Amino acid sequence: MSERELIKGNEALAYGALRSGLNAYFGYPITPSSEVPETLAMEFGSPEFPDFKVFLQSASEVEAINMVIGAASTGAKAMTATSGPGFSLMQEGISYAAGMELPIVVVDVNRAGPGLGNLGPEQSDYFQATRGGGHGGSRSIVLAPNSVQEMGSFPSLAFSLAFKYRNPVVILADAFLGQLKEDIVFPKTVSEKFEAPWAATGSMGGSRHLILSLHLDFEDQKRHSEDLMGKYERVDSSEQRAESYLTDDASVVLVAYGVVSRVCREVVDELRSRGVKAGMFRPVTLSPFPAVRLAEVASRGRRRFIVVELNMGQMVYDVRLAVGGAGSVESVRDLGGMVPTAREIARAAEGEKVG
Amino acid sequence: MDSPAGEYEVKLGRLPTLTGKPTHYCAGCEHGTLTKLIASAIDRLGIREKSVLVDSVGCSVFAHDYIATDAVQAPHGRAPAVMAGIKRVEPGLVVFSVQGDGDAISIGLLELFYAANRGEPITIFLVNNAIYGMTGGQMAPTTPQGMVTTTTPRGRDTKYTGPTVDASKLVSSLDAPAYVKRVSLPLEPLPSTYLYSAKGTMECAAAVENAFKVQMMGGFSMVEVISTCSVNWKMSILESKRYAADVLSKVFPPGLYKDKFGVERR
Repeated sequence: MSERELIKGNEALAYGALRSGLNAYFGYPITPSSEVPETLAMEFGSPEFPDFKVFLQSASEVEAINMVIGAASTGAKAMTATSGPGFSLMQEGISYAAGMELPIVVVDVNRAGPGLGNLGPEQSDYFQATRGGGHGGSRSIVLAPNSVQEMGSFPSLAFSLAFKYRNPVVILADAFLGQLKEDIVFPKTVSEKFEAPWAATGSMGGSRHLILSLHLDFEDQKRHSEDLMGKYERVDSSEQRAESYLTDDASVVLVAYGVVSRVCREVVDELRSRGVKAGMFRPVTLSPFPAVRLAEVASRGRRRFIVVELNMGQMVYDVRLAVGGAGSVESVRDLGGMVPTAREIARAAEGEKVG
Repeated sequence: MDSPAGEYEVKLGRLPTLTGKPTHYCAGCEHGTLTKLIASAIDRLGIREKSVLVDSVGCSVFAHDYIATDAVQAPHGRAPAVMAGIKRVEPGLVVFSVQGDGDAISIGLLELFYAANRGEPITIFLVNNAIYGMTGGQMAPTTPQGMVTTTTPRGRDTKYTGPTVDASKLVSSLDAPAYVKRVSLPLEPLPSTYLYSAKGTMECAAAVENAFKVQMMGGFSMVEVISTCSVNWKMSILESKRYAADVLSKVFPPGLYKDKFGVERR
């Protein structure tokens, strides 16, 4: 690939994964994520990506996530990509991977609505992704790209966090980002090798490795769950990532992630040009939620926080928790594949109620 | 000694691939026997250090406690998918599972079907005891017509539930699988004596070894092992052995369903 490319978000994500040394991809097609497997299928066998050993289309998302679990058990960099309905089917596997402490990467290109919904962008899988989604109280690390550039660079970050913490990492994109075409500059190959001394690759010359999530003894399970909790706390204290844009003197702060943050940035510029002190806070990690950074912004004086989301209001609860009594928190929402216009958001920021 | 089963008996309790931990299996259950047959085949083939066991969910969920290889735990029914994931990245490993009939044929049928259809070089030991054992004796897809279970308290009516599902027939109907064999493991009471035939044990021992060999030749292999569950069948151990011989072996006839590489003729 040449230095600068004009490609779709989903394609960028596929190339980003390849460049970070992806070993195995397993997946089931679903719109609007299908360019991920399609791009990988094209590149499978290419001498440019010698680490990419396995591309396999599964018979369902359930099969896909369990293939990812198997591959990850050997210490391989394994990934799958899907969208809402498929993400739901994968939750059992994500819970197992969390219990077994496996470094897996799952991409959810969020589409609209419950059930089959439609193929437009929403951010309605926020709760499902950030609260673990599966049974038993597991947590995933959740990254939210907001550009084609980040669709291309986040797979590398995702694998490094997955291996660092031996934990599932979800890249939560949306239909807009998946289909959006922008230019991207890939960094020089960043294929990092991660040691996996715990991997199940046969006990040749060493001790047995057991990768299990079963702890029948209550004390045992308690210990295991407490270990996981300790890990989630370490992740929470070390991995919060966010981007602040002109928040220092802002009287009104838009809080948004993903594609919505792109619109909000434009709104901030627009408002500033009219003398309104606006700023934006953009969570990059949704789990852990960047509560420390947001609380810091809130502590600098009483402000209005306007949370703009493509759902019925999900992240707004995390914002309220982080802001506490230090500011007012309002919610602006759009649904069904619609994205609020800059004008609608600007009006909300200037104090008018919006839809 | 020529027969593998004979050799296993001589080495009983001293197999390097057994951890030595006493099993939790109920008296009369064939799981323990199968565990030893698997460990014994692994030792004979010298593949312990490159073998990975994938645990299923059910009575075999503790297989890693007894079989001393690396192990990965699969969600209920998903063992074949997990095995495929392992094997695709590490084709040099020998990957096997012990699954029950509920796990493999009910909740995990898609995973079994497609792993078999792709001819994944993996080995599945499918313990068919016609019932959900670990959850306390509910109807399985293999429960024969008339059998009383906790969810068919008046006996299974296959007109209502659909007939039993024959995994060996189903899997062997696909092109890709290389070895499909069904054996009846329970000791068989010989009529008018106090003696039992261990023919099934011998056949199972050979089938287990063949299945591993087929995997190492690059083929998908499955051994369906007819077993008893006297506790959940609410029978004495002797009655359960008779039931296996008289009823189960008719519903699920033992035999060689597929042998692409001709391992049984060698």
